[in-house]
Amino acid sequence: MTVSAHVAPLLSARGLSKQYAGRGGCVEIDLDVYPGEVLCIVGESGSGKSTLLNALALRTPSNRGTLTYRTRDAGTLDLIGLAEPQRRMLSRTEWGFVHQNARDGLRHGVSAGANIGEPLMAIGARHYGRLRETAADWMARVELDAARIDELPSAFSGGMQQRLQIARNLVTGPRLVFMDEPTAGLDVSVQARLLDLLRTLTSKLHLAALIVTHDIGVARLLAHRLMVMKDGRVVESGLTDQVLDDPQHPYTQTLVASVLPV
Amino acid sequence: MSAREAGTELAEGYNFAYLDEQTKRMIRRALLKAVAVPGHQVPFASREMPLPYGWGTGGLQVTSAIIGRSDTLKVIDQGSDETTNAVNIRRFFARTAGVATTTRTADASIVQTRHRIPETPLTEAQILVYQVPMPEPLYRLEPRVTECRKLHALADYGLINVKYYEDIVQHGSIATTYDYPVLVNDRYLTSPSPIPKFDNPKMHMNPALQLFGAGRERRIYAIPPYTKVKSLDFEDHPFSVQRWEHQCALCGSRESFLDEMIVDDAGSRMFVCSDSDYCSSRRAAQDAPGDAAKEAA
Repeated sequence: MTVSAHVAPLLSARGLSKQYAGRGGCVEIDLDVYPGEVLCIVGESGSGKSTLLNALALRTPSNRGTLTYRTRDAGTLDLIGLAEPQRRMLSRTEWGFVHQNARDGLRHGVSAGANIGEPLMAIGARHYGRLRETAADWMARVELDAARIDELPSAFSGGMQQRLQIARNLVTGPRLVFMDEPTAGLDVSVQARLLDLLRTLTSKLHLAALIVTHDIGVARLLAHRLMVMKDGRVVESGLTDQVLDDPQHPYTQTLVASVLPV
Repeated sequence: MSAREAGTELAEGYNFAYLDEQTKRMIRRALLKAVAVPGHQVPFASREMPLPYGWGTGGLQVTSAIIGRSDTLKVIDQGSDETTNAVNIRRFFARTAGVATTTRTADASIVQTRHRIPETPLTEAQILVYQVPMPEPLYRLEPRVTECRKLHALADYGLINVKYYEDIVQHGSIATTYDYPVLVNDRYLTSPSPIPKFDNPKMHMNPALQLFGAGRERRIYAIPPYTKVKSLDFEDHPFSVQRWEHQCALCGSRESFLDEMIVDDAGSRMFVCSDSDYCSSRRAAQDAPGDAAKEAA
C-alpha cells in the first residue's frame, strides 16, 4: 500500500442529509473515515446519530448529499444510487454492522457456529468442515468458548451475544465496521472487556470503525476522532482528547461536564 | 388400459376440461413465462376448483390448461394410481374432458403427480404436472415474502446452506429428505414439490417438460426439457439419495423407491415399490416368460 492510499479516506460524505418528513434525522453532514481509524459519533438521544449511521451504511436512503467509498480493488464507488446487488456485496465483504441489540444482529433459530458462518455462506462458502474451523477460530478470537459452537445464541449471556455478533461481522474480513451503541445495556465489567476486545481487534486488523454512542467514556477509550452531534447537525469535531479536554461548543461542554465521576 | 372406467361417463354442461377458455388462456400465458424463465415462480389468478386446497388444485388447473382431446392422462399420488386423490382427479378429467386415461406411465402423454416422479423414464413426448403445496423454498427460512422475492432476484441463496449447516450440527447429515430445494438452470432456487430427494436426480436433464402448479399460493413454475437441476449441498457433505437394504417384496426391485408397510398386528412389515405401475409391469414381465415356458411344456 502506498502512502497516498493511507491518506485517502475510506468513506467520505459531503452534505449528507436524511430527514423524516422534513424533520429530525441528520442535516448537511460532512465526514471522512480513514483506513484503520476509529471515529466516534456522540450526542444525546434524538440528535440524529443513529440516522446518520444508517444513512452511511446504506441501511436507509438519504435525501441529499454525496457519499463515496474506496473499495479494496474496485476503485471508488458512488454509494448514492448504488444498485442493490452491489450494496449487498459491499456490506458483506467490505463492511460490518454491529447492532445495539444482539437480537437484531443474530439469527436466533440457529447455532452460534451457523451465525458466524452465515456471512461466509452468503458469499459462497460451501465447505462445512472449513466453515466450522473458521467459526471456532473466531469464537476464540472474541473470547468465547469454542466448545459452545453448537449452542443457540439464547444460551449465551448478553455480553457474549454481543461478542458473537462482532465475530459474525468480522469473519468476512471487512475494512469498515459500523457500530450502533455496541456496549449499551451491558453492565460495566462486561462493557470494559468488550471495549478492550474492540480496541485490540481494530488495531490488530487495521479496521476502520464508525461507532455511535451516547457514552463519553466509550468514546474516550476507543476513538481517535470524535464528532459531537446536536439536533441533527455536527456541532464540534476533532481529535478525541482535544474535544474532551477542551470543549468549545456549549453543548459539548455540558456533555463533558455531565459525566458522573466515579 | 385406456378403456373407460366405471363412473366416468362424460358430464353435461361443462366446458372442455372444466375451466373456461379465458382462464385456460391466462394459465397458458403464465406457463409460457414459467418455461421461459426456468424455476422462476410466476403468479397466476388461481381459480376455485371443485377440490379443497392442498388436494392438487394447482396441478388440476395446469392439467386443465394443457390437456387436449387426443391426450392420455395418468394421475399418481405417492406413486400409486389407486389412491383417492389419483382416482378422483383421473375421473374428473375423464368426465369433464372425455379424454382417455391410463395407469401405464409409458402410454400417458400427461402425468399429473403428487409427491413422486415415475420410476419409468419419461420421454420428450410427455409432460409431468406436479401438485405443489408450497412453491417458496425459502419459506421456512425467511418469513417475509418481499425479502424472499429479493433473495430470488439477487440469486442470494446462502440461507439454504445455513439450514443445512444446522442439520449437520444436529443430525450429522443434511436431514431434509423430501421437498429438497434445487437450483434450476444455475439460477433460481426452486421447490421440487414434496417429492422424496430420491427423485431429485430424475429432474436433472429430464427429456419431459415439468410443470408445477400451486393453487393456494397462486404460483406456476416450470423446468423445461433438458435443463440442469442441481440439489444444493456442501462440498464435504454432498447430496445423496436414500438407499434400502431391502428389495421390493413383490417385484424384487432394488432400484425403486420403497414404501414400508405394516402388514399385521404383530408388526411384521414388508417393503414394496411406491410406484404401482412400475411394480406391476415388472411383475408382468417376470410372469410372461414363465407362461411362455408353461405353454411350451
